[in-house]
Amino acid sequence: MSAERSNWRGYVFVAPATVYLLVFSLLPMAVAAYLSLHQWHLLRAEHPFVGLDNYAAALEDPFFRTAFWNTLVFAATSVPLGMAFALAVALLVDQRLRGIAVFRTLFYVPAVSSGVAISMVWIWIFMPQDGLINYALRLAGLAGDTDFLGDTRFALAAIVLMSLWIGLGPRMVIFLAGLQSVPPSLYEAAAIDGAGPWQRFRHITLPMLVPTTFFVLVTSTIGAFQLFTQVYIMTQGGPRRATDVVVYHIYKEAWHKFHIGSASAQSYLLFAALLVVSLIQFRLMRRQLKEAAEAWQ
Amino acid sequence: MAMKRLRVLGSYVLLMALAVTTLAPFVWMLFTSFHPPLSPIPTPDRLFAPREWAFGNYPYVLSFPELPVARFFLNSLVVTAAVVFVQLGICSLAAYGFARMTFRGRDTLFTVFLLTMMIPAVVMIVPLFLVVDKLGWLNTFPGLILPYPYLSTAFGTFLLRQFFLSLPRSLDEAARLDGASDLQIYWHVILPSAKPALATLAAFAFIWTWTEFYWPMLATSTVDMRTLEVGLSVFKDAYGATNWPLQMTAAVIVMAPALLFFLALQRYFVKGIVMTGVKG
Repeated sequence: MSAERSNWRGYVFVAPATVYLLVFSLLPMAVAAYLSLHQWHLLRAEHPFVGLDNYAAALEDPFFRTAFWNTLVFAATSVPLGMAFALAVALLVDQRLRGIAVFRTLFYVPAVSSGVAISMVWIWIFMPQDGLINYALRLAGLAGDTDFLGDTRFALAAIVLMSLWIGLGPRMVIFLAGLQSVPPSLYEAAAIDGAGPWQRFRHITLPMLVPTTFFVLVTSTIGAFQLFTQVYIMTQGGPRRATDVVVYHIYKEAWHKFHIGSASAQSYLLFAALLVVSLIQFRLMRRQLKEAAEAWQ
Repeated sequence: MAMKRLRVLGSYVLLMALAVTTLAPFVWMLFTSFHPPLSPIPTPDRLFAPREWAFGNYPYVLSFPELPVARFFLNSLVVTAAVVFVQLGICSLAAYGFARMTFRGRDTLFTVFLLTMMIPAVVMIVPLFLVVDKLGWLNTFPGLILPYPYLSTAFGTFLLRQFFLSLPRSLDEAARLDGASDLQIYWHVILPSAKPALATLAAFAFIWTWTEFYWPMLATSTVDMRTLEVGLSVFKDAYGATNWPLQMTAAVIVMAPALLFFLALQRYFVKGIVMTGVKG
């Protein structure tokens, strides 16, 4: 860096974006915190201060707990499965094959498609009788009349399956970028030392991919905690709250019951949970991240 | 050699299986839209052989009086164009400030930018709704466009800053020796060199805004202000819940513009992800 002094013009350049973030991110955060401390009904004039009651009530509410649990289950299944799937596909498309670019583009398409439209199609895929999966099961000589989205045992798993399909493209591209930045000399050296494909994957690819993996893990988790459109269109949280996730729960609390105070408290609880989970992820991967940072030197 | 052939063959088999899995829902969507309205839901054996080819579904849906698709399309276009334009402007200015200028508190402010990416949008929705309501902007274009809570300004700033940092400083120095101000360097030197990065941000902003559902659903209350994505969720029930052919016709109409846009700009999506630098 050249010997520049603090230049006031810098503030001018960052001012519009900073003001935008202040007004449309940080101010709403503050307002939400304020709302969360009040018993605030959207259509009533009185908004009595209730301290942390909204938080306590949410934590004791069995329905909120169910939604919280479902969110955790969704994240804990869809994120690792989605990452493993995406890494496998990234390895597949990281080959010099004719037409490989077409496949890479193709796998990205679900991620840029209308969430409402694909939710409608997946309703059909999971339908009893005429749905695609039941049709395939019947072809295979199985029962083939399961109402996947209407069965408490399968509904959340169905949404996990769909999320793998939607999330493949972006995750795959990130892993691919990670794979392609591993210096080929490392593989060559390992091959000379007699390391087989699995050993090269285990001892070179995976360690070198740690920063990439961490990035995908954190962003995927943030996304998983905010699952909404699919639930709204496909199951409305049902059957019997089997797919009621926190963001959908908050949506109903705020816009069906008009309890925006408790909805705000619940959204803060979601935020807090997300921060804790991210921190745990960082803790768990800190050692590997440090080793990788040294290996990249 | 035979081993290698086998591996290539196996790879193609897997790739084709994945491609079919990826495409099947879209193929079903497209062909269902050619079935006559109210015909039974097409299973794979019936999908490619409708009772008759009902191409009339498209004009029918496009001119359905209660659901003005042309109007939805216009709304989506106005909102998306405005959001992309605003994001490109404010993010590139901020990115220049963060990448090229020195000022007190710069790195702290940049960290705050990055941290806002962690905030789940749901936290901000209720307050934004109250603010937009107070301003009398519910069901208006400003209300739809300005508070776009999902479209992360922080992400855009981060993306562009990373790119600006990779541009050689000698470019600015030469312009500065010629007496150019920071604003001139930003406009005449950095922006023209950063076209790929700007296209990347535009591509992401376009797709995120075009497919956004939660905010436009809340912020609009009359049919004439709906975006395509929200309009489609209304379609779901408008023709009767089981009228799959018409629903899928609407779905194809909603998806087509975004898909064409993606295919035209797809290399920028890949570039952008690489650019944000997963190695930190």
